[in-house]
Amino acid sequence: MLSAKDLTKEYPSGDHRLTVLRDVSFTIEQGSFVAIVGPSGSGKTTLLGLLAGLDTPSRGRVTLDDADLSLMDEDQRARLRGEKVGFVFQSFQLIPTLTAIENVQVPLELRGEEGATERARDVLQRVGLGDRLDHFPTQLSGGEQQRVAIARAFSNKPRILFADEPTGNLDSDTGNRIVELLEQLNSESGSTVVLVTHDLGLAGRTRRIIRLSDGVVVSDQPTTTGATPRQNEPTETR
Amino acid sequence: MSGSASLRRLTAVAWRESRTARRRLLLYMSSISLGVAALVAIDSFTENVSTSVQNQSRALLGGDVLLTSRAKFADTVTALLDSLRRTGTGVARQTQFASMGVIASSGNTRLVQVRAVSRGYPIYGEIVSAPAPAFGNMHEGRHAVVDPSILISLDANIGDSLMLGSARFLITGTLQAVPGDLGITAAIGPRAYVSDRYLDETGLLVFGSRAEYEALLRMPEGLSPARFAGRFNPLFSSASPRVRLRTVAENENNLTRNIDQLGNFLGLVGLVALLLGGIGVASGVHAFVLRKIDTVAVLRCLGATSGQVLFIYVVQAAAMGLIGALIGAVSGVALQYTLPWILKGFLPVDVSVRLAPSAIATGLGIGVWVAVVFALYPLLSLRRISPLQTLRRESDADVMRQAQRDSAGLVVGFAIVASVIAVALTRTRTLERGLGYAAAIIVAVVALGLAADGLARISRWLARPQLAFVLRQGIANLHRPGNQTRAVILSLGLGVFLMSTIYQVQQNLMDQLDMKLERSRANVVFFDVQDDQERGLDSIVRASGNSVVQTAAIVPMRIAAINGVSTTDLLADRNPETRRSPWTLRREYRSTFREELATGSEKIVEGTWWEPGDRSPQISVEQDLAQDLRLTLGDSVTWDVQGVEVTARYTSMREVTWARFEPNFFVVFSPGTLERAPKQFAVLASAPTSPEVAALQRSVVRKYPNVSSLDLTLIQATIGGVLNKITSAIRFMALISLAFGIPVLFSAVAATRRARLREGVLLKTLGATRRQVGRIMLAEYALLGALGSVSGAALSVGSAWLLMKFVFESSFTPAIWPAVIVAGAMTMLAVVIGLATGREVFRETPMVALREA
Repeated sequence: MLSAKDLTKEYPSGDHRLTVLRDVSFTIEQGSFVAIVGPSGSGKTTLLGLLAGLDTPSRGRVTLDDADLSLMDEDQRARLRGEKVGFVFQSFQLIPTLTAIENVQVPLELRGEEGATERARDVLQRVGLGDRLDHFPTQLSGGEQQRVAIARAFSNKPRILFADEPTGNLDSDTGNRIVELLEQLNSESGSTVVLVTHDLGLAGRTRRIIRLSDGVVVSDQPTTTGATPRQNEPTETR
Repeated sequence: MSGSASLRRLTAVAWRESRTARRRLLLYMSSISLGVAALVAIDSFTENVSTSVQNQSRALLGGDVLLTSRAKFADTVTALLDSLRRTGTGVARQTQFASMGVIASSGNTRLVQVRAVSRGYPIYGEIVSAPAPAFGNMHEGRHAVVDPSILISLDANIGDSLMLGSARFLITGTLQAVPGDLGITAAIGPRAYVSDRYLDETGLLVFGSRAEYEALLRMPEGLSPARFAGRFNPLFSSASPRVRLRTVAENENNLTRNIDQLGNFLGLVGLVALLLGGIGVASGVHAFVLRKIDTVAVLRCLGATSGQVLFIYVVQAAAMGLIGALIGAVSGVALQYTLPWILKGFLPVDVSVRLAPSAIATGLGIGVWVAVVFALYPLLSLRRISPLQTLRRESDADVMRQAQRDSAGLVVGFAIVASVIAVALTRTRTLERGLGYAAAIIVAVVALGLAADGLARISRWLARPQLAFVLRQGIANLHRPGNQTRAVILSLGLGVFLMSTIYQVQQNLMDQLDMKLERSRANVVFFDVQDDQERGLDSIVRASGNSVVQTAAIVPMRIAAINGVSTTDLLADRNPETRRSPWTLRREYRSTFREELATGSEKIVEGTWWEPGDRSPQISVEQDLAQDLRLTLGDSVTWDVQGVEVTARYTSMREVTWARFEPNFFVVFSPGTLERAPKQFAVLASAPTSPEVAALQRSVVRKYPNVSSLDLTLIQATIGGVLNKITSAIRFMALISLAFGIPVLFSAVAATRRARLREGVLLKTLGATRRQVGRIMLAEYALLGALGSVSGAALSVGSAWLLMKFVFESSFTPAIWPAVIVAGAMTMLAVVIGLATGREVFRETPMVALREA
């Protein structure tokens, strides 16, 4: 349902062009849990931006649920994101002026959906923040903020969730709990989860790892541990 | 899902998202408050004045129609008035002239304005006296009701006798209120009302006396003043002496025209206040936008379309703009109550201050509109903020550079220009003036933009490696990517431009008023001096040890023909190219003759003054009159001097400073032509002290009761008082407009503050000292402030010149000091704000700023 075909991204740099991604192609099936890994500067974040329609490729195309992103303008892609895509960022990216529940409500409100408040409360309860609804981001710990971000990402039941180093700013215990949460939501809601990370341990908990190096896919393999979907497994499988 | 429900939800998001920024946004948007306050105050006040004029206009005129003449009404006119009275038209008459009043017991004298009125005067309005019945009972005998100032200056009381010429009147009361009273009238010629039955007994109306004959009419039911005017005006204007007719409506126009100049100035202040508000909003919102980059990037990731993002922030800006405008409207109403108080004594009517809902609504409407349009420009860039910023945050400047590439900016820019023109039009009421104002502002914007680009270019060249690090750093900030040079220069420069324009105009208006107060060498003037009294008066002055400064002969005359073409034929000329203005052909001239040009108050601008001893009949004509008469040097003008025709050649044109308290003349004859004509004199004398002036006035009036005199020092003081009121009103408005500039400056600097703060903190982390960071800021802000201010001030000289020439229709001298002061003050403020930012750098811990980055 998500496919990248010959994705290339170049940036002008002085008089020559700098190629950050070169001819990247792959397909990700609905409901899968995939990691994109690679060292710093390998093009992970650029790839994520292209897959999510935040940026446009120099060449190649991204297709999401049969919709060709390269044929859409910025606002059409925004609507598509609103309907089908969820995000979790390394730096959480919560809106500081909104409370936890209001942050979660935003995507629903943008789509003009009824019952946004109830849905948001429900999702926050599922991530274990039922008692933190009216806290502002600054009043929450890093892990809590990331859980709000995940709740926000799942509030509109996205077909696909992109997580950019979701545990990068967290200690390992908290990070683990965030990954469990992602796994749980992946299996419960059937959303595709694409995790971008340089943490191989984290990547090992997914079912497939796409390795990038210098803008090229160097390997694309299923993981052993993640070969079958896990149903509400206990923690710590590493 | 319906569209309105979705808008409602977005509005809810907007409301919640604004939570922590509400106060900041309100601060930016409230730049508009002062503009709205000025607008509401000025419009309400103008509306109050015109309503008051409308309500009081019949009382101000005293009747539906006023007939006036410089001499006794002709028999035809008197006959008409009599027949009108028989058919039910109310008629009341007044004869007014200046004369010396003498208190019989003490001999104290003062020039008074004698108003001999018939019963039933005035028809409308009421003359209030104390005691109250005094004015009504005046006609029962030789009674006088006088201005209190007469009693004070003559040291007299009710019950004393007042001599007017050879008649003696008993003072029975004082005047408390006369409709249409300007403070200045009472001060120059305090009034003495008497019954016109005793007018002849005074013996004061002799040859050449200036008197005004008036008749007030009350129209019978069903006859409008305008129809009456249409029917009888031909009779009145052809009568000899000519009778002028004025209706209530015309009087209203006249009264409002008198305060037009003030209205023009206030209109200008309102426009400037509003535009400064708009600029303040634009630069403030720009700073606000920078703070919203992250939030907008997240919203975009979450699926917000560019339209939704724009909507969210436009709703916020509009709401805060409305609050700002409301604050402004409330302050405007408060200000409105102070204006009549400040302008009291200068306005022709009692201004009753009332809430003017239309003015408040207009002010609010225009204010919100201007705020939103100006806010829209910076807000537009929010549409183009890439969601990619969530993954990889670029610097504010880079984000904005990409975001500002938006074709909608053109549309909004056009809307701003259109709004400026529209607002200018509502302020000026004439199309060309509105367009002129807007054009001047656009020219200023373009010029400032060029200056900013120039500065950026120069700074690139200036920031050489050999320069000290801090200076180089500060200067380099002006051309580095993401510099705010253009934004700050534009808003600061435009602020200085607008404010300094106001100050230039103010200074020029005040200079004019000042000129009018220029001291003359004489301090007492005698007029209505008859031919046979001149020598006697001269010897009285000299015998009392005082000196005669100037004696001017005055010969009344009219134009009979120009170049042999009679006035009647000239008046029949309808060709606009050759037509001479009718009033110049019809009016009575009071001309003089003399050997020399009056030094100080006159100068020749064309032709030559006559050689000494040249006895050929020549005239020198004042320049405006010469133009209205379409005279060219060498023309011959034939004058009707009391029935004798005198022809003289026009040989020079003079510029006359009328403001001097000296007898000035439209037409001066060369000696040898008018000496035999019936004439009277004006004599200027100088006496060292006030008591000596009074003594001189007493001894002259004792010998020549018909001669009037004026203590010029008294007049100068009185006029000075009135002028002071006007100047303080103008100054007050100008001061307020200086206050308008401050929020603009704060907003302009706020836009750069965050980036500078971040930079400063970084420098500090790298080991820069407080002093170094301070100096970098100082260099940058001082340069920005100085260039913005100097360009703005320079531009203002041009705009003020245009304003003085075309709007206030008078001369212009660049006022250096106001420009220097405004420019200096703004530069200082910029530096202070810059340094305060530098100080803030040291309050922030590096971590706070770096985490933010």
